Amino acid sequence: MNYLSDVGALTRKDLLLQLRARDTLPAMLLFVAAVFVVFHFSLPAGSSRLAASGLLWVAIVFTALLALGRAFVPEREQRTLDALVLAPCDRSAIWLAKSLATLAFLVAAEIVALPLFELFFHGLHGSTVAGVALADLGICAVGTFVGATAVVTRARELLLPLLFLPLAIPLIIGGVGASVVHGPGRYLGFLALYDLLFALLCWAAFEYVVVE
Amino acid sequence: MIAARGLGRRFGDKRVLRGVDLDVGDGAFALVTGPNGSGKTTLLRLVAGLALPSEGELRVDVTRDRIGLLAHDPLVYRELTALENLELYGRLYHVPERRERIGMLLERFGLWDARHERVAAYSRGMTQRLALCRVLLHEPQLLILDEPYTALDAQGAELLDAQLAELRGERTFLVSTHDPQRVRALATSELSL
Repeated sequence: MNYLSDVGALTRKDLLLQLRARDTLPAMLLFVAAVFVVFHFSLPAGSSRLAASGLLWVAIVFTALLALGRAFVPEREQRTLDALVLAPCDRSAIWLAKSLATLAFLVAAEIVALPLFELFFHGLHGSTVAGVALADLGICAVGTFVGATAVVTRARELLLPLLFLPLAIPLIIGGVGASVVHGPGRYLGFLALYDLLFALLCWAAFEYVVVE
Repeated sequence: MIAARGLGRRFGDKRVLRGVDLDVGDGAFALVTGPNGSGKTTLLRLVAGLALPSEGELRVDVTRDRIGLLAHDPLVYRELTALENLELYGRLYHVPERRERIGMLLERFGLWDARHERVAAYSRGMTQRLALCRVLLHEPQLLILDEPYTALDAQGAELLDAQLAELRGERTFLVSTHDPQRVRALATSELSL
């Protein structure tokens, strides 16, 4: 119960900080809408559904990257990670709370982005939405872990995408697969397995990335 | 409570702490002095458990929930109010009667009237007072204070003096400062780096 209460307190703090900063969500919305508009005019008329699916996933991953890049900004600027690490809560609670807050913003951006995608490209199906939902979990779990690793380095802006994008490749493969094949079960199962494995790894290893 | 033998820490090729021996018993008030770059902050971070030693042995006989660290930075969120900051830490430390304790500390450090203001609007001195509230909130057994008088005005410094004098003997202190005269009278031992 204490663990959940710690995660609740930390998630509330993360949501409050991001909402008050008023930069993450507007930036994500603007970015994802701009990507769709650009691709709408740059893709040749009559482009395949496969191409449209691919660009949806590119847009999602890069939009998530915006949120992940902002996730540890308060801790970096005010060095408050030290206080959180020193607190008696399980250190994985810091990772879980940050992942949940990032997930909330990503889902909020997708609530706008997915209808926009349907408007521009007409390629949205139930399996795509299920793929996006599963991929979101993996993106936030892995991205938050990588963000915590990068935040203590000088080259953090470079390191986050360099570490995160290769780790997100299986999510893109699974997501695109679930979006375009007739029987998406195998791909959705793959995404769920990725989420489970990487969430466990990040949960167990987080402690070691926040202590010098 | 704290025992270190041959303690050292390096960052890459740079050695910032070397061969430190330290013994701090329960209820002691240990003063750490030294010029800039001598490793005072690194030593305090090692004792707090925020960093691991590169060499030597360190034993700290107190659990994380009984440590209070006042660092160079106040370790509070600028976009939260004083009350929200203390609520957050109070929850994480599972402080009993949290609201009453927070109210008492804010009153004592003269921040009650500004409790609903965001820390971003605070002066540096007010922020340091809030940092002291954060450190004392969970009534830690081991107080690690890195330059505690930084940015405090005369009234704030007197409040801190009174607090240190009140807790001396009941709690264990490890204090680093550039101005040892201020707390030397309280100190039971001194380590010069």
